[in-house]
Amino acid sequence: MSETAPDPVIVARGLTKHFGGRQAVRGIDLDVPRGGCFGFLGPNGAGKTTTLRMILGQSPLTAGTLTVLGLPVPAGIREIRARTGVVPQADNQDPDFTVVENLRMYARYFGLKPAQVADRIEELLGFLELGDRKDAKMRELSGGMKRRLSIARALINDPELIMLDEPTTGLDPQVRHLIWTRLRKLKAAGKTLLLTTHYMDEAERLCDQLVVIDRGKIITQGSPQGLIREHIEPHVIEVQGEGSTVLPVFDGMPGVRVLSVGETHYCYAQELSPVLARLETTPRLQYTHRVANLEDVFLKLTGHELRE
Amino acid sequence: MTTLDITLPHPRTSAFTILLRNALVWRKLLGPSLAFSFGEPVIYLLGLGYGLGQFIGEVNGVPYFTFLASGLLAASAMNVASFEGMFSVFTRMTHQQTYDAILATPVQVDDIVAGETLWCASKSVLNTLPILLVATLLGAIQSWSALGAIPVFFLVGLCFAGPAIVAAAFAPSYDFFNYYTTLLITPMFIFSGVFYPVATLPAAAQVIVNILPLSHAIALIRPLVAGTPLTEPLLHVGILLAYAVVGYVAATVFIRRRLIR
Repeated sequence: MSETAPDPVIVARGLTKHFGGRQAVRGIDLDVPRGGCFGFLGPNGAGKTTTLRMILGQSPLTAGTLTVLGLPVPAGIREIRARTGVVPQADNQDPDFTVVENLRMYARYFGLKPAQVADRIEELLGFLELGDRKDAKMRELSGGMKRRLSIARALINDPELIMLDEPTTGLDPQVRHLIWTRLRKLKAAGKTLLLTTHYMDEAERLCDQLVVIDRGKIITQGSPQGLIREHIEPHVIEVQGEGSTVLPVFDGMPGVRVLSVGETHYCYAQELSPVLARLETTPRLQYTHRVANLEDVFLKLTGHELRE
Repeated sequence: MTTLDITLPHPRTSAFTILLRNALVWRKLLGPSLAFSFGEPVIYLLGLGYGLGQFIGEVNGVPYFTFLASGLLAASAMNVASFEGMFSVFTRMTHQQTYDAILATPVQVDDIVAGETLWCASKSVLNTLPILLVATLLGAIQSWSALGAIPVFFLVGLCFAGPAIVAAAFAPSYDFFNYYTTLLITPMFIFSGVFYPVATLPAAAQVIVNILPLSHAIALIRPLVAGTPLTEPLLHVGILLAYAVVGYVAATVFIRRRLIR
């Protein structure tokens, strides 16, 4: 389905993980090309983090095969980790160390001595705008600063592959934009980014390719724009109101699909004017017209229980 | 539940990086760390040593103050390694997620467990040395051979590190360590000859006490501190080493299961 680049960074076939009776990942095939940002989208509990843990050798495979940076998992895991950077979902810096001490210590885990990474640490602190915080203790850092430090730490070994597990969850808009800008720079520098998120706007901004995972399976994959074109009609009209009032408006209209989430009704249409004409004739309905986005794809594919 | 990976530990030199990390943190928290390890034994030494010492005089030809000091040194080495192996390892494994961060680097679980074991033993030495110093200043130390007790502190630390880390590997929360402390550490402290000779216990109790490691730690440390001849040193060293090796292997196996799942 997806085209495989000549030198894929991650190749998985039939990737499976069971925890006792629970099937967290149920036979995933992946081809993550080198360069660019590859997204894992899915609701909480879909299997995103478990897949990342398997790629890092932190979770043994129940079945399937996995190759990362050309090396097999788990046999090549030490070299894979040496060439990979990880930004975890929860910040886990050493609370007893300062910013710069955390970076120095982390470098040592890669076999890099403080003298070897002194310049790199300065550069990374500048890149993530933490230069004036280098001697701060962890408890003096805000959530956004800790997350930026996590990203700096993930880059200490100059990795080819950077895995980010929900990197902007819980952060304010300013920090999210700062992080997005930096991630785009890393992409431009030729790094491969692997990003899990449940923010559709984040995925649409950053990802070149993505897979949507739900209940341990890939349910679709492609580029954000490609997926929108593939799954969603060109026009989206959001209508507010009681289902009993709104839904009859669209009765018998060809090429129109309606998805209701509570009191919001998403009307997906091939043609805009017939829908607007109907809405005009119905008094007191609030509606907005917008272009289709990744959230529509996500709702269509994973929002089963919300569909009327 | 994943199956147990029972292959023998194969740590690499990264274990020393873990040791270094813990030593750097220890240096930052030096005050509270020493106060915790140092305060209680010194209070015992002063209170019981001076108080009871007046009545007891000598035990087996050793002044009671010296007798008690040597027992407390062994118990300190035990306590330091045990508490580090339980509480600190558990904290790094769960609340701080330190191991998760480390396992995203080329360092592996076996390196972590080896590093933690070495650190527990090192900390036994570091935090017991001040007690040896105080005991010396108070006149409890009878001979320069007491310097020979320092490597024994390390061995005692190794011996208690493994079982404590195993406890951490099974612990759902900090409260779990109450079992370990109440069922093992405290009985050993009371019955293994810190305060009185094991020979005063009933024969059956002596058998149990001699299976447990603390009595062997004391059997090495006491003569070195008192300047009397060692009896069966190889036996005592062998038993402490056996606990160290079995405990270390078990710690590796069960921490693997906890971290790699």
